Amino acid sequence: MAVTVKTFTSVSEAAGALSSDRTARYLGGGTLVMRALNEGDVSISTVVRAQDQALTRFDASGPRITLGAGVTFARVLAERDLGFLHAPARSIGGPAVRNMGTVGGNLFAPNPYGDFTVALLALDATVAVQGGFGSRDVGIEEFLQARDRQSGTLVLSISCTRPASTGAFRYRKIARIKPKGGSVITLAAHLPISGGRIAGARIALGSMAPTQIRARAAERALEGQPLDAAAIAAAASAATEGTSPSDNALGSAWYRREIVGVHLRRLLSGQE
Amino acid sequence: MSKIPLQFRHNGRDVAIFVDGGTNLLVALRELIGDMTPKFGCGQGGCGTCSVLIDGELHLSCLTLAESVAGRSIETLDGMKLGPNLHPLQRAFADNFAAQCGYCTPGMLMAAKALLDRNPSPSRDEVIEAISGNICRCTGYEPIINAILAAAGGRVSA
Repeated sequence: MAVTVKTFTSVSEAAGALSSDRTARYLGGGTLVMRALNEGDVSISTVVRAQDQALTRFDASGPRITLGAGVTFARVLAERDLGFLHAPARSIGGPAVRNMGTVGGNLFAPNPYGDFTVALLALDATVAVQGGFGSRDVGIEEFLQARDRQSGTLVLSISCTRPASTGAFRYRKIARIKPKGGSVITLAAHLPISGGRIAGARIALGSMAPTQIRARAAERALEGQPLDAAAIAAAASAATEGTSPSDNALGSAWYRREIVGVHLRRLLSGQE
Repeated sequence: MSKIPLQFRHNGRDVAIFVDGGTNLLVALRELIGDMTPKFGCGQGGCGTCSVLIDGELHLSCLTLAESVAGRSIETLDGMKLGPNLHPLQRAFADNFAAQCGYCTPGMLMAAKALLDRNPSPSRDEVIEAISGNICRCTGYEPIINAILAAAGGRVSA
């Protein structure tokens, strides 16, 4: 079925169109919306686009980086200052998908996708959105919890703190098909160290719940501890707490619960 | 619903067509221009057989809104041939038995061209990475990898 495509030059016009039409979906890189159209999703009757250059800008120069929602994964990979995000960007699709898929679109990717968002969740990102109410910043966790109700909202950019050191941020995607493929589980950890102890641990999991989630029990096990074998074992044993994975072709819920602690232990231990 | 006028370059030639809103580039190429070289595989971005180059960058035509290529340059396998001669990549695919059922071949060739256009001497790992979004269900990856390396002038491993 043909849809109406509305293209705007500014994000504010696009946000207005999006918030005033319940059947409208925003088209970023196309990997979600065009797929839905190809599959005959009749709930979409309007496609909204914005050609505002603000969406493809990024600022990676300071301690806090900001990525426009339209920045592609290929662009992230091309930027040396974004090196800490290269592993999550590289773990997504093949080259064509990385040329098309965007940071903003990944926030809406359902399981077994949305791997980049797992990294952003561990980095405690903030999502700048614009809707009929104007623009505001939302914590990524709050954004993800309300993701299904965000259809009238346009994501403008995502910002997060740059990890203090290379070892402070870790990422691992478990997939059956390499180098691409959907996620069995995805893990990311941000482990700032202060005085030899972890201060402000953030662990995020993908494919372990309907949206990407924080592993709060594992974070608590690490908080205030040195990153030693005892703390890692405690975090690994707490990894399933609060999770609610589902079965799909890549793995069963049982299997995901069985392996998440193993992979969290490997991630925290620095094992390949 | 009215048709939308669309102009872009297709294999070096300007084309002008009318599309329905929401039409993907693959449908526009196959059904409106008659370029049958990009294939429909999954329609989900998972198989890569619809791969084309947009302004020299590898994209999936099934996930590209046709309207978004207005004024841009599209390359497909149909434009790869050099006059009466095969492109070196096509010749290498033939010489290295890199096509079995052949359905993945157009996408594989476009992915390979995207790679060699920016990196004329790729390593084997770089070739594998470059075609990682293109599925071959005959599992003929090894001859394909060897063909791409051969076209690049690299060593063809056994």
